[in-house]
Amino acid sequence: MAVLAQATTDEIAAALAALGPPPAHVEVRPAETGLVMVRGRIGGDGAPFNLGEATATRCAVQLASGEIGFGYVLGRDGDKARLAALADALWQSADYQMAVEQNVVGPLRARQHARLARSRDETAATKVDFFTLVRGDN
Amino acid sequence: MNAVAPGFAEPVLAAQATFRTVMEAMARPGTIRRLAGVDAPAPLSPAAAAIALTLLDYETPFWLDAPLAASGEVARFISFHTGARVTADPADAAFAFVAAPAAAPPFTSFAQGSAEYPDRSTTLVLQVADLADGDGMVLRGPGIAGTRQLAASPLPANFLEQLADNRAQFPRGIDILLAASDAVAGMPRSLHVAGG
Amino acid sequence: MYVAVKGGERAIDNAHRLLEQKRRGDPAVPELTLEQISEQLALACDRVMAEGSLYDRELAALAVKQARGDLVEAIFLVRAYRTTLPRFGASEPIDTGAMEIRRRISAAFKDLPGGQVLGPTFDYTHRLLDTTLGESPSPRLRGEGRERSERGEGDSPHSRAPGDPPSPGAFGADLSAQAGRGESSAMPRVTDILGNDGLIEPCPPGEADAPVGDLTRAPLTFPAARDLRLQNLARGDEGFLLALGYSTQRGYGRTHPFAGEIRLGEVEVEFMAEEVGFAVPLGAITVTECQMINQFHGSSTEPPQFTRGYGLAFGHCERKVMAMALVDRALRADDLGEERKGPAQNEEFVLSHSDNVQATGFVEHLKLPHYVDFQSELVLIRRMRAEIAAAGETQREAAE
Repeated sequence: MAVLAQATTDEIAAALAALGPPPAHVEVRPAETGLVMVRGRIGGDGAPFNLGEATATRCAVQLASGEIGFGYVLGRDGDKARLAALADALWQSADYQMAVEQNVVGPLRARQHARLARSRDETAATKVDFFTLVRGDN
Repeated sequence: MNAVAPGFAEPVLAAQATFRTVMEAMARPGTIRRLAGVDAPAPLSPAAAAIALTLLDYETPFWLDAPLAASGEVARFISFHTGARVTADPADAAFAFVAAPAAAPPFTSFAQGSAEYPDRSTTLVLQVADLADGDGMVLRGPGIAGTRQLAASPLPANFLEQLADNRAQFPRGIDILLAASDAVAGMPRSLHVAGG
Repeated sequence: MYVAVKGGERAIDNAHRLLEQKRRGDPAVPELTLEQISEQLALACDRVMAEGSLYDRELAALAVKQARGDLVEAIFLVRAYRTTLPRFGASEPIDTGAMEIRRRISAAFKDLPGGQVLGPTFDYTHRLLDTTLGESPSPRLRGEGRERSERGEGDSPHSRAPGDPPSPGAFGADLSAQAGRGESSAMPRVTDILGNDGLIEPCPPGEADAPVGDLTRAPLTFPAARDLRLQNLARGDEGFLLALGYSTQRGYGRTHPFAGEIRLGEVEVEFMAEEVGFAVPLGAITVTECQMINQFHGSSTEPPQFTRGYGLAFGHCERKVMAMALVDRALRADDLGEERKGPAQNEEFVLSHSDNVQATGFVEHLKLPHYVDFQSELVLIRRMRAEIAAAGETQREAAE
């Protein structure tokens, strides 16, 4: 689910399309946008406090075979939540799990790792070594 | 995870329509308003289910009476669609759903609100078999020109005495929605009720 | 007292039409897209997200555009919008220790584990206006960034809003090639390092399931617990907090601060969805965190140790979280047995005036018609003057 949450709508749609037409499913809880109160911790590691809200969209779909999949994503994109829910439902289905892992989750994860590596390298290039100048006697 | 019955087919429009209906019912106490219900696990009535899906969210704990709580399906249905959590303590409930009004706990066991926050009281949704204009209770108070008559059954024990006690502590007190299968009537805490 | 007036509908409609025209400006100039605002005025969007208390870059960009760049107005728009959405619940507390770091510096420790990375900073720039940026496209970026199309990402290593075009990136591929490891070293918080030696006060983790104060649900009362203070400061006006933080440095409630650590980056947000049965990852958000290390403090029972002030906010907003950490520490005067001498130590003063939506509402309401109000004062002042004049007359007559 973390991989799906970090992917773009188009990426998930394209990856799912590669699996062929999805099996019959219904939206047991249509896509809905709301807020999640994001919490931080006092001092970074202390008791929780409310930092502020973030928009989030959720959706639940059920396959004809019974599996319920959930999509929970930041932002207001109902399509993304729906696709993520479908992918989650398919992943729970024995018929599809392998295909979802290989054709959806795997490639998305690889792309995300590549992005992350790139960003880490950019950041690492700004690593700094400060040194303290020794003071003279006067 | 087992299947959960779907909620509103058109969540936004249906919730808006239901909200409007409930608001009108509360603003004009005792009038009977038609309400498009939602199929829900028994014994939650379609009208009560529509009210739940409209008014509840994760910040409104709800309480269920014994028949509604029995199977666990009703609580799961409501929680799944609204994010609200079920509570065993009626005094902790923002909403309470009662399928067997005759066996309802005393009104005083629910949240009554405080003088500073009278809104923090329970709204009681009583599922009734019959709801009609005419012989029964005589209502007066804000939202009623003169008096209005309302008949409903079954109702909790000592209903009129309990309503009088509830009225006496205004602005604190519970509000009541009477939910038939496809209709609703409001009985806010501001109401004066006499026997018909 | 304010007494309502009626009328002026046509003038108001026309004023709003004119506003829309002025917002658009000269139609010969291309209209700004939300992506342009989000990418190129990123810090404006970050401020709107932090003080609007709503993490949604696209909405923040829209608000900046609609408000013609007036950020307090944009924050107001975002605050109004958030009231239209239901709340699903609260996230698990974000773990800034596990942040995907893009900037991390310490003014207290030179060699801290994990090292210091400057990231995208204005620090050490010469603050000389770069006239080449006035040319379009900026010559410094021409020819660079062509290798970036693969990446499809701007500053954030995480997902973007759908439809956002990939950003070219200002430095091209050469920058990442300089490091070329793609790995991240562990970067423990500076306060954890000091905490391991007992040299700094701990932050108690709090009891599990203890309620967390929320000023969007219940009005603030005083004294306010630290969770409410931090929520208030996190959405507080940057200018107000900056001035207050500055005042503590100038002696109005001095706390001898060191910037123990400032870090910027992405953290995962997880949400405990009951129906799913576990904490669901929703995606990542950008936050800035500041740990101020302040003057030591001891008592008969505690050995001397450093105290701490904390700042955390949405987006990249270093000045804001530094000021927040200074004010957070100043507000702890009572807890730490310090004398309250400066405005920044006055909890009620700080927390009641930090919100720029509240502040702008009350200040700006003064321009609404107060005709009845003013008329009554006018009558009163005329009567007083008449009475004084009459009294003077009587005195003169008596003297004569």
